[in-house]
Amino acid sequence: MSPITLDITIHLAKIALIFFVVLTLAAYLVFAERRLLAWIQDRKGPNRVGPFGLLQPLADLIKLLTKEDFRPPQADKWLFYLAPAMAAIPAILTFAVIPFGAPVTLFGREVPLQVADLNVGLLFFMALSSIAVYGVALGGWASNSKYALLGAIRGLAQLISYELSMGLSLVPTVMLAGSLRLSDIVAAQASVPFIVYQPLAFAIFLVSIAAECKRIPFDIPEAEGELVAGFHTEYSGMRFGLFFVGEYINIIVLGGLATTFFLGGWHGPLLPPFVWFAAKTLAFAFFFIWMRGTLPRLRYDQLMHLGWKFLTPLALLNILATGWWLMIREPH
Amino acid sequence: MPILNDLKALATGLFVTWKHIFRRPVTVEYPDVKRTPYPRYRARIVLTRDPDGGERCVACYLCSAACPVDCISMEAAEGEGGRRYARWFRINFSRCIFCGLCAEACPTLAIQMTPDYEICEREVMELVYEKEELLIDGCGKDPEYDFYRHAGIGVVNPRGGNPDEEPPVDVRGLMP
Repeated sequence: MSPITLDITIHLAKIALIFFVVLTLAAYLVFAERRLLAWIQDRKGPNRVGPFGLLQPLADLIKLLTKEDFRPPQADKWLFYLAPAMAAIPAILTFAVIPFGAPVTLFGREVPLQVADLNVGLLFFMALSSIAVYGVALGGWASNSKYALLGAIRGLAQLISYELSMGLSLVPTVMLAGSLRLSDIVAAQASVPFIVYQPLAFAIFLVSIAAECKRIPFDIPEAEGELVAGFHTEYSGMRFGLFFVGEYINIIVLGGLATTFFLGGWHGPLLPPFVWFAAKTLAFAFFFIWMRGTLPRLRYDQLMHLGWKFLTPLALLNILATGWWLMIREPH
Repeated sequence: MPILNDLKALATGLFVTWKHIFRRPVTVEYPDVKRTPYPRYRARIVLTRDPDGGERCVACYLCSAACPVDCISMEAAEGEGGRRYARWFRINFSRCIFCGLCAEACPTLAIQMTPDYEICEREVMELVYEKEELLIDGCGKDPEYDFYRHAGIGVVNPRGGNPDEEPPVDVRGLMP
C-alpha cells in the first residue's frame, strides 16, 4: 500500500469511527437524559425495551423512521427540507478538529487521534457554531408558522448574545497556549489544565455553551411551554429526529471542546488518554442534564442582559487581567 | 452582592436535585404491579340485588338525573304486585367520569361503585354496559338493606306488615 492510500484509509477510518461513536453516543445521551431526569423527579424513566431499557434509542429510531414526513403546504419546500441537515452537520463537523486521544503509532507512523489538525482550529469551531444557527433560523422561517418563526427569531437573538462572550472567554486560552491549533492548546495543558489559571473564563464558556446547545435554562428558541416546540414545531419523523440528534451531538462536541480548552483535553493520570477524554466530555453532558433537571427557563431579554451586560464585560476584563499577568510573569 | 446570592441559590437547587437522583422512585410499574385500591375507591359501577335476590333498582331516574355527563339511561316498567324495575338499564362508561353522584343519589342503594378499575376496551361500543352486565348477584356494600321492607308500599309484605311500620289508618274512620 502506498503512503497516500494508507493516509486516506487512516483518515476515512477515523471519520467512520467518529461518526459511529458520536451518533451512538448522541442516541444514548437521549436515553441517559430521560433516565436521569426521571430519577431527579423520583420516577423510573424508560425501562421497558431491553435490559434496563437500553434498547430504547433503537425503538425511538424505528419510530422516527416510520413516521410520516409531513411538510406544511405553505412551507418553503427546499429550505424546509435542508434546515435539519444544516443544524446537524456543523455540529458533527466541529468534532473534526477535536483531539480525542494521544497520538498512536499505526503501521510504523504516528497517527494523531484527530481528523484535521487545523492551525486555526479554534476559529473553525467559532465559525461552525455560528453557521449552526442557520439551521434553526431557516428551519423556523421556512415552516411558515408563527411559533416556528418566533423560535427562529429567538434563536438569532440568542446567538448574538452568547457568541461574543463565548469567543472572548476563549481568548485567554489562546494567550496562554500561544496558538489557535487545538493540539497545541492540549499540549500546553500537559501539566496544569487551564481551568486552574482561568476559572472565570471557564465559567463564562460554560454558560455560553449551555446557550449554544440550547439547553435549559437557555432553551429559548424551543421553549415548549410558550412556543409549542419553537423552530421545529412543524417538523416530524426523521427530520425532527435530525434536529433532535443534532442538539445532542452538539452537547457532546461542546463538552469535548470545553474539555480541550480548559480541562487539559486527553491528559490525565493512570487511565488511557481516550478514556480521560470521554470521561471529561460525558461529565459535561451529565452537568447539562443535571442543570436541566434543576433550573427554569430564562426570558430572552434576561439572556441578552446576561450576555451583553455581564458576561461580555467580564470576559473583556478577564482578557486584560490575563495579559497583565502574562506580562508580569515573563517580561520581554 | 446579588451575584453571590444567585450563585448560592443555584448551588442549593443543584444540591436538591442531586439528592433526588438517589431517592427511591415512587413509580408503580402498573401492568406488573397492581395496587389494591381501597374498598371505597370509585371505579366500575354495578347494580346490586336485595337480600332476597330481587333487583334493588326501582327505575326512579335519580341516578340519571344526578349524572353530570348523562351517561346513565333506562326505561321504567312495573311488574306484578306494583314492583317497579328497569326494563333496560344502560351505562356508557366511555362518558362516565366516576364521580359517584349516581351512587349518592340512589334511594335504594342499587347503584354502587366498585374498586375494579381495569375496564379498558379496544372497541368503544364495548364500554356501553347493558343491565345484564351491570347486575351482580350480591348485595354490595349494605347487605342488610331492602328498600321494599321500609318503603311502606306493600310490595314484599302487605302495607304495615314490615317491622318498623304500623298498619295503615283508615282516614274516614278518623272523622270527628
